[in-house]
Amino acid sequence: MSSERLNRYALTPARKRRDRIARGSILAATILALIPLLLIVYYLLSKGLSSWSPSFFTTDPTGNTFFKNSTIGGIESAILGTIEIVALASVLAIPIGIGVAVWLVEYGRTGWFANTVRFFVDVLTGVPSIIFGLFIYIALIIGTGSSYAGYKGSLALALLMLPVVIRSAEVVLLLVPGDLRESALALGAPRWRVIGSIVLPTALPGMVTGVLLAIARAAGETAPLLFTAGATFKTTTSLGGFMNSLPVQIYNDVTSPTTAVVDRAWGAALTLVVMILILNLIARAVSRRSRLA
Amino acid sequence: MEAASLSTGGRSILGRSSVARFPDRALRYGLTALAALILALIVYFFLRLAGEAQPAFAKFGVLGFTFDNDWNVAGEQFGALPLVVGTLITSCLALLIGVPVAVATAIYVTELCPGRVRAPVTVLIELLAAVPSVVYGLWGIFFLAPKLVPAEQWIADRLSFVPFIGGGVVTIPNIFVAGLILAIMILPIVSAISREVMATVPADHKEAALGLGATRWEMIRLAVLPYCRGGIIGGAMLGLGRAIGETIAVTIMIGDAPQMPQHLFGQGYALAAVIANEFGEAQGLHRSALFAAGLLLFVLTLIVNAIARLVVLRAARNRAPKRAAGDRAEVAPPTIAGATGI
Repeated sequence: MSSERLNRYALTPARKRRDRIARGSILAATILALIPLLLIVYYLLSKGLSSWSPSFFTTDPTGNTFFKNSTIGGIESAILGTIEIVALASVLAIPIGIGVAVWLVEYGRTGWFANTVRFFVDVLTGVPSIIFGLFIYIALIIGTGSSYAGYKGSLALALLMLPVVIRSAEVVLLLVPGDLRESALALGAPRWRVIGSIVLPTALPGMVTGVLLAIARAAGETAPLLFTAGATFKTTTSLGGFMNSLPVQIYNDVTSPTTAVVDRAWGAALTLVVMILILNLIARAVSRRSRLA
Repeated sequence: MEAASLSTGGRSILGRSSVARFPDRALRYGLTALAALILALIVYFFLRLAGEAQPAFAKFGVLGFTFDNDWNVAGEQFGALPLVVGTLITSCLALLIGVPVAVATAIYVTELCPGRVRAPVTVLIELLAAVPSVVYGLWGIFFLAPKLVPAEQWIADRLSFVPFIGGGVVTIPNIFVAGLILAIMILPIVSAISREVMATVPADHKEAALGLGATRWEMIRLAVLPYCRGGIIGGAMLGLGRAIGETIAVTIMIGDAPQMPQHLFGQGYALAAVIANEFGEAQGLHRSALFAAGLLLFVLTLIVNAIARLVVLRAARNRAPKRAAGDRAEVAPPTIAGATGI
């Protein structure tokens, strides 16, 4: 073979340069992707912290924004509303979601019915969040002729959480080794004991991660609450009436022409992000300790 | 002898009585009922949504509603074309900007970065998904959009000969920044899925390329990217589904003007945004039109997501070594992040 032919495949300066440029661009794009996160965190801290004060968390928004120096109030009702709505949504979505996931893994691995269920769960995953709000609006507000209520917002969020809980629990349950199930069955344990005493405890940490991520996602959603839970100023403890929530209050405050109200939105946004971040960090810590996921 | 003593009346004493079997049956049928409940709920909601949209479709026709360029609330005229176009333009912008960046981050994390950097970069990109939509809207409208106006005006002036991009006056909420915000929002899911497919590229392929004298970039281009093409396209389609359905950030960023988009840096409207914005005060035919817009959005995301799942599934199936038929563990997304897109 002539050396000229070999030279065609040599590591020429042009190839080296192309390699350097490509690797540089990939690094640059990665840094570019992280810039928005840093900017958002910076703005949230710089604008949000200045509106944080003890009274910010202990007063309700007053809705009074027309006069200068008027007290516009804090976000107490929004924080409590978000916690209540999301708590009820979790209570509804988590048992149902894990139940369906257990069914998919333990009883419905194959067959047309199982595949249909799986397909519909995938469909649910892709449904835009505002459509869940419309669903609940049609069923519970047009359907009953009543008005917005906190529990209706919870139902909309529960629908949104369901596919997340099902898919994440299914992934973890599939990782539980078949040997464990078979050993228990061989020892004479009935199926429900196998699921209750072997499968679920083994999968628990991974499922906790998925559930926490689902809760974190639901807590940040605005669209499903707009036409189900409504918005209000007062702190309400009854899930049967209008209920304020952090995302909805931020959304309403963003459009305000008053600077103080926009500042309240930044403070509320920082509060919401901190709450969601805590859930995310716990989820990550739990998943790191899990032996499965 | 032994076997006979175990048997009483034709039934093994090891078998459970019907009372003992009850919890098993209850669990099985209970869980099946739950699964059936999910199916019933979705079908019920879909039919009710279609029912509520019926008056608008009856008045304007399905095609007329979708493709007429006339969204006039006062005049009771509802043609959703400006909204559909706004949704498609912002979502495609999101893909154009977001997917290359997301794929680059995935390449960086799986192939190029030092081991110490891998976990922090991954976590930071996943944190982008934890920021709520409304916070993106808040940040976008008060920081991103105003800061970008000079750059946008510069581009609009320089490219004034290009239709749709140049020439116009840049407004503060505009279609381009809405697309940009969407690009940031879909970045984590596209990146997560790309990362997962790239992790499945066999080391043999990469080592073969390097062994033949390829540079790192040539190895990525020749061994990694072709292998992952299906997965990346599927991830991008899932991102598209997200972008189409994204509501609050777009409502805040797009300007909410019910007209055909005049140019890239002007105001527009989107399907999800019109629902969020107008539904509160809507009555009668208007409300029905908004339900129809919801149905349109639902069907659009359904189609996009179905294609995405098919592409991802096929890519996974082609890659996975042949195992026992019916074993679906091999095509299931390997992590929680991949399964849920968080």
